[in-house]
Formats: sequence, C-alpha cells, structure tokens
Amino acid sequence: MFGIIIAIGVLLLLVILYTLFRIGTLVNVVKGTDKKIVSTSNKVNGALMMLFMIGGFGFMFWYSWVYFDKYTLPVASEHGELTDQLFWVTTAVTGVVFVITNVLLFYFGWKYQYKEGARGKFYPDNVKLELLWTVVPAIVLSVLVFTGLQAWSDITSKASDDAEVIEVMGYQFAWAVRYPGVKDNQLGNYDYKLIDDIKGNQFGIDITDENSYDDFTPLEMHFPKGKEVLLKIRARDVLHSVFLPYQRVKMDAVPGQPTHFKFLANKSTQDMRDEIGDPEFDYFLTCTEICGRGHFSMKLKVVVDEPEDYEKWKAEQQTWLKLNPDYLEEIPAEKRELAKIKAGIENTELEATL
Amino acid sequence: MATADIHISEETHSDGHHEHDHEHSTNFWTHYVFTTDHKMIAKQFLISGIFWALLGGILSVIFRLQLGFPEAQLGWLKPFLGDWITAEGKIDPEFYLALVTMHGTIMVFFVLTAGLSGTFSNFLIPLQIGARDMASGFMNMLSYWFFFASSVIMFTSLFIETGPASGGWVIYPPLSALPQAVNGSGLGMTLWLTSMALFIVSTLLGGINYITTVINLRTNGMSFSKLPLTIWAFFLTAIIGLLSFPVLFSAALLLIFDRSFGTSFYLSDIYINGEALPNQGGSPILFQHLFWFLGHPEVYIVLLPALGITSEIIATNSRKPIFGYKAMVGSMLFIAILSFIVWAHHMFVTGMNPFLGSVFMLLTLIIAVPSAVKVFNYLATLWKGNIRFTPGMLFSIGLVSFFISGGLTGIFLGNSAIDIQLHDTYFVVAHFHLVMGSASFFGLMAGVYHWFPKMYGRMMDAKLGYIHFWLTFVGVYLVFFPLHYIGIAGYPRRYYSFTNFDALNSFSDLNMLVSIAAILTLAAQFIFLFNFFYSIWRGRKAPANPWQSNTLEWTTPINPGHGNWPGEIPTVYRWPYDYSKPGAEEDFIPQHIPYSETPESNLDHENELIKLEGASDKAIIVDEK
Repeated sequence: MFGIIIAIGVLLLLVILYTLFRIGTLVNVVKGTDKKIVSTSNKVNGALMMLFMIGGFGFMFWYSWVYFDKYTLPVASEHGELTDQLFWVTTAVTGVVFVITNVLLFYFGWKYQYKEGARGKFYPDNVKLELLWTVVPAIVLSVLVFTGLQAWSDITSKASDDAEVIEVMGYQFAWAVRYPGVKDNQLGNYDYKLIDDIKGNQFGIDITDENSYDDFTPLEMHFPKGKEVLLKIRARDVLHSVFLPYQRVKMDAVPGQPTHFKFLANKSTQDMRDEIGDPEFDYFLTCTEICGRGHFSMKLKVVVDEPEDYEKWKAEQQTWLKLNPDYLEEIPAEKRELAKIKAGIENTELEATL
Repeated sequence: MATADIHISEETHSDGHHEHDHEHSTNFWTHYVFTTDHKMIAKQFLISGIFWALLGGILSVIFRLQLGFPEAQLGWLKPFLGDWITAEGKIDPEFYLALVTMHGTIMVFFVLTAGLSGTFSNFLIPLQIGARDMASGFMNMLSYWFFFASSVIMFTSLFIETGPASGGWVIYPPLSALPQAVNGSGLGMTLWLTSMALFIVSTLLGGINYITTVINLRTNGMSFSKLPLTIWAFFLTAIIGLLSFPVLFSAALLLIFDRSFGTSFYLSDIYINGEALPNQGGSPILFQHLFWFLGHPEVYIVLLPALGITSEIIATNSRKPIFGYKAMVGSMLFIAILSFIVWAHHMFVTGMNPFLGSVFMLLTLIIAVPSAVKVFNYLATLWKGNIRFTPGMLFSIGLVSFFISGGLTGIFLGNSAIDIQLHDTYFVVAHFHLVMGSASFFGLMAGVYHWFPKMYGRMMDAKLGYIHFWLTFVGVYLVFFPLHYIGIAGYPRRYYSFTNFDALNSFSDLNMLVSIAAILTLAAQFIFLFNFFYSIWRGRKAPANPWQSNTLEWTTPINPGHGNWPGEIPTVYRWPYDYSKPGAEEDFIPQHIPYSETPESNLDHENELIKLEGASDKAIIVDEK
C-alpha cells in the first residue's frame, strides 16, 4: 500500500515537472526568445561560473585545513618522510597551478560572457606565449622528476647485508610471515609443490635445506625500529600486494616471481601510540591488489619493537619445525640431530609427543 | 599558416557525377538496422552508448550504497539482484567485486570508447571533411554489429549464475585465470573475453575506416592543415586504437589459452584450494605489460576525441579562433606518440626492475607538458571571447576543469616515489575518474548537445541542458574530489568494506556524502534522457546553422540524406576557425566561403590565395606529399 502511494506521488511529481517544462517552452515560443541565439540564461550561467568557483574553492580549502589531521597518516619510516616531503612539494606546485588555471577558466567564463554587438578578439596564435607555457611546465616537471628519481633510486637500492630479512607471503585471504631464525639467520628454501595446508606446511618449506630448521612463522609481524628491514614478498595463489600504510611500504606479491622491499622503520608501536595519543593503536599490513572475495579482510597485525625487545621476541619464538614435529620424520636420518638442535627440540619433548 | 604545397590541377571534382538528390529506396531494415549510412551508424552507437552508460551508472550507485551506507538494509533490492543480496540484506562481497569490474569495463570500453569514438568519429568525419560517407560503409556497418554482438555477450554475462567477471576491469591473472580463485573467473570471465575479442574486432574495423576516410576522402581544398581539431583528434585516436588494441587481443588470447588449454603464459607456482597446479614458468607480470600497452593508450583513446570536440565547441562559442591551432595539433600528436611509451607507470610496485620504473617515470611526466599546453590554449581561447553558454559550451568548460583537476594529480602518480603510497588507493580512483572518466563523459555530452541539431534536425531544450549541466558538474566534483582525501589517508581501492580496519575507519561521513552525490548525479542524467528522447520527436525545429559555426557539416541540409550533400560537395578555402575576424560582416566565416568573397577581412597572405581559387572550373588540389 505504502509503495503504491509513493509510486503515485512520484508519478504526480513527474507530471507536474513535465507541465512546467511545457509551459516554459510555450512561453518562450510566445515571447520569441527561443529564436534568439543568446537568452538571459547566458548571464545566469556566467554568474554561476563564479559562484561555483568561489563555493568550490571555499569548500576545498575549508576541508583541507580543518580536517588535515584526519586525512594525513603519520609517517613511521625513513624513506616515508622523504616521499611525504615530495608529496607535499608536488601538492604545493600543482596546487598553485590548480587554483590559477581554474580561477582563470571560470573568471573568463564570467568576464567574457556574450554581449550584444561585441566581438571576440581575433587572436589565433602567439608563438612566444606558447613557447613560454611549454618551457615553464617542462622545467618545473624536470625538477619534480629529478627529485623523484633520486628518491626512487634510494628506495629501490640494494638492501645492506645485515638487514633484517622477513618473508611475507600472501594467500587467499591472509598473510603469513616467516623469519630466518636465530641460529643461522638464513631463510630455508621453499617449493610451492611442498605446500600442504592440512599437514601444516603452508609455506612449502623444504626440509632438506638445513637453513629451514630454525625458521619460525609467528602469527603477527614484528620488526625492529632503527634497523633496515628487507621484506621478501611472495604469493602462492593470486596477486596480492603488501601495504604498510604508516611505513609507506607497498609492493605486489606475485606467484612465481618473488619481490622485495627494504625500508627502515623509525617509530616503534609505542612511539606511534604516544604520538597520536591512542594506547590501543597498532600498525597493520593490508592488501592493495584485488584478490577475490576476502580482499578487504586481509589484515595482519604489525608490531614495531625497540631493537632489544625485538631480539627478545625473536628468541622466544618456537620454530616451525618444533610446532610441526611430523616433518621431523621426513628429514634424512643423518640430518635429524642437527635439525633437532636448530629447531630447539629436546629429545625428551619429542618422545613425549610421540 | 598552411605550408602545404598548393597547385592547380586539371582534375575536376571527382564526386561531381555522383548525384544524391534522390533518396535511396530504403525500408526499415536497411534504413535503421543494417544501414551503411555513417549518420545512422553514429546514432546506433550513441543510443547503445547511452544504454550502457545508464547501466554502468546504476552499477556504480549499487556499490556506492555499500560504501556509503555499510549498515543499510538492502533487502529491497532482492527482487532485482536475487541471491547477490545475502540473507542479511547485504551485498555479497563477490558481487561487489563484480559490480566494480563491470562498471569499469562498461564505462571504459562500451561507453567512452564505442559510445564516444563510435558516435562522433562516424558522425563527424564524413560531414566535417566533406565526404559522402565512410570509405567503406559495409565495414562500418560490420563495426557496429560486432560491437552489438559484443554488447549482447557482455550483457548476458550479468545474468549467469556464477556472475560476471569480477577480477577488476584490468583482469589480472592468476585471479582471472582460475575459476577456483573467484566465481566470476568461471563462465563470466569466458564471456568477458569473448565479448572483448568481438569488441576489438569492431574497434579495428571502425578505426581502419576512420583513418582511410580522413586520408582519402577529404573534399577539395581540405588539406590536413585545414582540418577541424575534432577530425585531428578522431584521426589520431583511430591510429592509437589500431596499434594498441591488437596487443590487448593477444593478451586476451594467451589468457584464453591459459584458462582453457593448459598453457602457462601467465601462471606459475600456484597452490590453490589445497592443490598445487602444474603450471610453471609463466609470468603474471607479462599480462600486465601487454594489458597496459593497450590500457594506457586507451586513456587517450577516450580522452582525445573529447578534447577534439571541446576544441571545436569552445572556439565556436567563444566566437574566437582556437588559440594555437598548430600547437593543439602538435600536442595531440605528441600525446599520441608518448601514450605508447608510458604504460609501465601503472606497474611501479609490481616488482619490475627499478631502472625501468625510472625510465617510465621520466616519460610519464613528459606527457604532462603537451597536456598543459592544451589547457593553456583553451584558456587563451576563452580570453576576450564573446562567450555563448550553450549546453555544449558548458560541458566543454566543465571538461577543461576536470582535465586540469584530474591531470594535476597525475603528476603525483607518475612520480614512482610518491606512487608507492598512493598506488591502488582512492587517490588513483579520484585521479582517473576526473581526468579520463568525467572529462571524456563531458566531452560526449558536449558533443551530443552541440551536434544534436545535425543528427535529428531539432534542438534540445537549452534550459534543461543547463540544469543537467550544473547538477552533473557539481555532482561529479562532489563524488570525486573527496576521494582524494580518502586516498591520501591510504584507503585501498576495491574494498568491500572498511569496517575491519580500526585505523581506516574514519571516513564514513565523507563516503556517505560521495554516495549521496553519486545518486543525485545519476538522477540528473534522467533530465538528459528526457530532453534527448523528447527532442528527437518534439524538439524545436533546428535552423541550418544553429551555433553559427564554420565547419562543413552545417552546409548540409537540415536533415541530410545518405550522401550528405545534394549536388556537389562544397570546396574548402579556409581553416575552420575564422571567428570574429576583423572587418568581416558576421562574426564567423564558414570554411567553404572563398577569400575572393571576403576582401574586407582578408589578411595579406590570404589575398595571395585568391588567385589560386579556381575562377574557372579548375579545382584546387592540395598536395600533401
């Protein structure tokens, strides 16, 4: 019933609008204004140009100013400070151009609106002027390109040898992380054909590689403040993309083609909590490449520790092999002892579980 | 201005014998359906484009409902969307992805490529260069019907049980290759690929025709240096399309092989649904390179025609010559060339070689220079004009504003260092919706309002046009400008919901504003639809040259038949931008008026040309060689 009343109401409204439109058209015909090339609407449109410009700029500057803290993310990495700086320099440069060109556009619209008997200025070209506005943008852009290139080559330069290596793997629909372990500090090999979710080998860790024995795979990501971190990034099903918003880190995770990103975090979780005054705050890692149904829910908690806390945390982690003792059986007999030592498995413990 | 080599030829008007005074005997099928008349084919593309635009718009409003009102009960959509609305009255997350995917595909290809180029290249090329029709009317007809078949298949894919393609309009594999990764990659993706293959055939058939027609069928005197900028734009667009669409075709073909025949072009090392796939050695990044080799030129395929249309409309309605005609042509040419060597700026963070990133960053920022030149030239054209705000003119000015606003954010994204943070966030969404989506859409609208009188012999209602413009203009800015802020805050694209994110959960007010603006903007388009269809039958009869324009199409009869001009095609003597020429009686001198008839306004070098204007039956041939 309610629906029908709404439908009738809408219909009536449309009829009224149509009638108004018809009346307007007929009035125009009677007045003869429909034959004129330019009607009074021209003035209205000219005025609206200015109104729109003033209103639009007002709205933009108001929001940009008042809500500045809301739409800007605090930065927590060294290269992030650099890219943020580039961002704001570019904003300043383009902002000036944005305002000037839009002001001219709407102002000209208003100022040079049609006047009876007036003529436009026959002004087909001016080589000097055109050269000017080719060369000036070219120079400005060169400066921006140059600074950008420098930053880019710094960011993508090779990681130092003592960088903290962490493996991140994306899968539908979560992230998994693997650390090289405290004994050898080397990530073990992997092979996607060894992946077995049911048995617990979601990374496809190759247990014939001794380096894998002390690797550990915690449920949240930790990295130290003030030390270079090298993320080794991969995916095992479809494309994903590692995004650490506060650290300004983004790199796609590609099945079959591992990628990497090195950075240096300069604010710990506690630092950030203090900075924004939110004791509950946590960093996180999320996905920015469409990957299916759960794309929006791929969130991993990230903790940035002070270096000593980080070492402590690492030492407390149980190795993957220890948590998945089934795989100990598959290790060749001559390496099993080594594996137990590196994985931190006591013989008694093992017997207890068997 | 013109440096072309002009000589007098004995050759008489080659089309002189071709009398078109009488209409061909036609019936409904040959006139409206399987027509070879470029004007009717243009209308077919336009009406199809309008249909798709409406559908694409509605899809976007559905996902804006989800983003703006994540708590809302959408059970009332169940009669239309069925199981895509979950039992709790929410949009299914996979359907959300399908919506974004189809919205993108439809808008980029079916509206802004076919609807824009298909309509105006077809309609204006023969009319503005002075030709009876396209070089091949039959190929032109095929072009439309391939597009139609492609449309039918794409439309069908919306209704299948597993849903349409849902891996984003860029259909990156492995997601698009593996039905087990997302439902839409099953039959939906197959239909998507089939549809796109047909679409590419349509585009190529059309493009070859546009190029051939512009090169071969220009009327006497219509040298390249006298071509309206619209034609330059359509010509270059067709060339870009001809060179880039085949690459998309090959990308799609390899994807079809990977999907159906067990090859591994794009697939490697995949473990999905508890199973390790045998594919090894493929590269998903290869697909991205192939895709963006079309994908980036595609941006200019949709944008250049809009810029061409705008150039024409702004000059006409400012009553001024377009400022820097040569610079306008030059910058379009430069953009067309550069558009082929900037594609990898979409891939800065895919892990490709950082050095490659540097190269593409450099090239990308170079392309901003010709774009800037175009903007300044538009402004210089408006300066000291005598501006008539027709609806077409308003939409053109709107386009310039979007082109500025959206173009400037390209300088952020083209900078690989800044792109690290902004890549795949709402900042990108804001950027390309303004510079490519809305700007091209406004070009389309400007063109429809401006050439409607030539298409249907009637005028559209101007006041409704003004209302439509202002609602849409304000609406589009309200939709896309706030997205910049959301992007700067790091919100990723293609997220079904942000409620999972504590830190990223502070823009519900802005998202709501955007969604409301999107709904109102869509609603405003119904004003246009009414105006359009009402005016086809009931609009005021159009005068011969309603905008007092210089180009050739306005020398045809009000309702031109097949063949466009009864009798001879007019000869062209001057460039199309002689507006407000000092000394001239009127403030416009059409292209077919010889200099000998306008001694009062001729410039010195133009008086020289009078001698060449065959006083006899000799025609001027402009030799471009």
